[in-house]
Amino acid sequence: MSNPQNLRYSKEHEWLSAAEDGVSVIGITEHAANALGDVVFVQLPETGSTVTAGETCGELESTKSVSDLYSPVTGEVTEVNEDVVSDPSLVNSAPFEGGWLFKVRVTGEPDDLLSADEYAQFTAG
Amino acid sequence: MSSTEPRRTALDAEHRALGATMTDFAGWDMPLRYASERDEHLAVRTRAGLFDLSHMGEITVTGPDAVRLLDHAVVGNVSTVKEGRARYTMICRADGGILDDLIVYRLGEREYLVVANASNAQAVLDALVERSAGFDAEVRDDRDAYALLAVQGPAAAGILAPLTDADLDGLRYYAGLTGTVAGAPALIARTGYTGEDGFELFVRPEHAVELWRALLAAGADAGLVPCGLSCRDTLRLEAGMPLYGNELSAELTPFDAGFGRVVKFEKEGDFVGREALAEAASRAESTPPRVLVGLVAEGRRVPRAGYAVVSGGEVVGEVTSGAPSPTLGKPIAMAYVDPAFAAPGTPGVGVDIRGSHEPYEVVALPFYTRAK
Repeated sequence: MSNPQNLRYSKEHEWLSAAEDGVSVIGITEHAANALGDVVFVQLPETGSTVTAGETCGELESTKSVSDLYSPVTGEVTEVNEDVVSDPSLVNSAPFEGGWLFKVRVTGEPDDLLSADEYAQFTAG
Repeated sequence: MSSTEPRRTALDAEHRALGATMTDFAGWDMPLRYASERDEHLAVRTRAGLFDLSHMGEITVTGPDAVRLLDHAVVGNVSTVKEGRARYTMICRADGGILDDLIVYRLGEREYLVVANASNAQAVLDALVERSAGFDAEVRDDRDAYALLAVQGPAAAGILAPLTDADLDGLRYYAGLTGTVAGAPALIARTGYTGEDGFELFVRPEHAVELWRALLAAGADAGLVPCGLSCRDTLRLEAGMPLYGNELSAELTPFDAGFGRVVKFEKEGDFVGREALAEAASRAESTPPRVLVGLVAEGRRVPRAGYAVVSGGEVVGEVTSGAPSPTLGKPIAMAYVDPAFAAPGTPGVGVDIRGSHEPYEVVALPFYTRAK
């Protein structure tokens, strides 16, 4: 599997796009989606709410388990992906594209976000 | 569990070559899924799936007293099982607690194959050996003597038939016969744990790879896919079949678990647990225990084992198994609930899902019955 070079990654297996007009798109990585198995339910933060880097902001439920969703950055949620709410399998089929989860107007980010190569090393280890 | 390396089945390299996600299950490294567990589940419901179940625990009981030993050791009436037939039963402790649920196959006049859950195989073996004292019978650990493959689904018989000399049409549900499959000597049983028609094939481990490949090739056109333990769990849940460790445990007698029908007091001779089970039966008459029911979600959040069943803010039961049901398209669960809440359609029943009380409909089990 390949992690897009233009994204940055958290150790909780979220990805973060480069900001456009201060807004970044967030999702979970293919590695995480594969580990979860078929995702059947996603609970996302509400538009307008504030998320904090490293804190839980929702959950992802798969056949076998439920997992917390962490925000990789701090900021205000500007949009959530309603398509993925109605069809959670998008997380598995297109984790870096149609399976994106929410967008954040970033006000703060941790200094330990990883590049694609660093994340690939992290998940290989 | 054990801290030693997990055991690998004879098909381990096949699973890895197919890209399976593996999981530690009862000390065995087993395929959890190959790709999407939902797709594997639906393949078994509509076409066919191939499973490696070599972790199951086979124990052979032979000798002049084999049947008397089994009637003494388990709660069912093994003496009524005819040659070539199988019986679902349970083995209990002296206090009536369920040690395991089993399938007992009668292979010959004096030969039986007992199949235990992987997690309980050693305990069952120990119990059978201990209970064999005074009987002219041999209890043999045959866990390493067999690989077990299962072909399950409506297309299973059509896939298997060209590969075997056995008369599958004459093989009824819960029956077994010996034959060859793809050249390998096999015990062919019409049993399973999916709610579909299907077969379980007990073969020597050295024949497992050859048989696995032959079945995959023979079933390709019919849509057979390799299936992992993840979908096996959702298949058995939809079929309302109990799983030891979830619905069944040593804390429960068969009567507490709603499976009192497997206890045969009328059989000849004493059996381990008889006294305690007779008490459990009369206790269940006077004070009905919690009832195993089905729950179907109105929302999309999935109940998990251990979650509380609630009504009016009170805990009225506990979820034992829960999963998103691929067939129903909704989360489902099995749960033990107080008798007052067990009737299908009982209003106001919910599950406490991490602090939020989600509404659930009480239904009779099973969730799914195949069209005959």
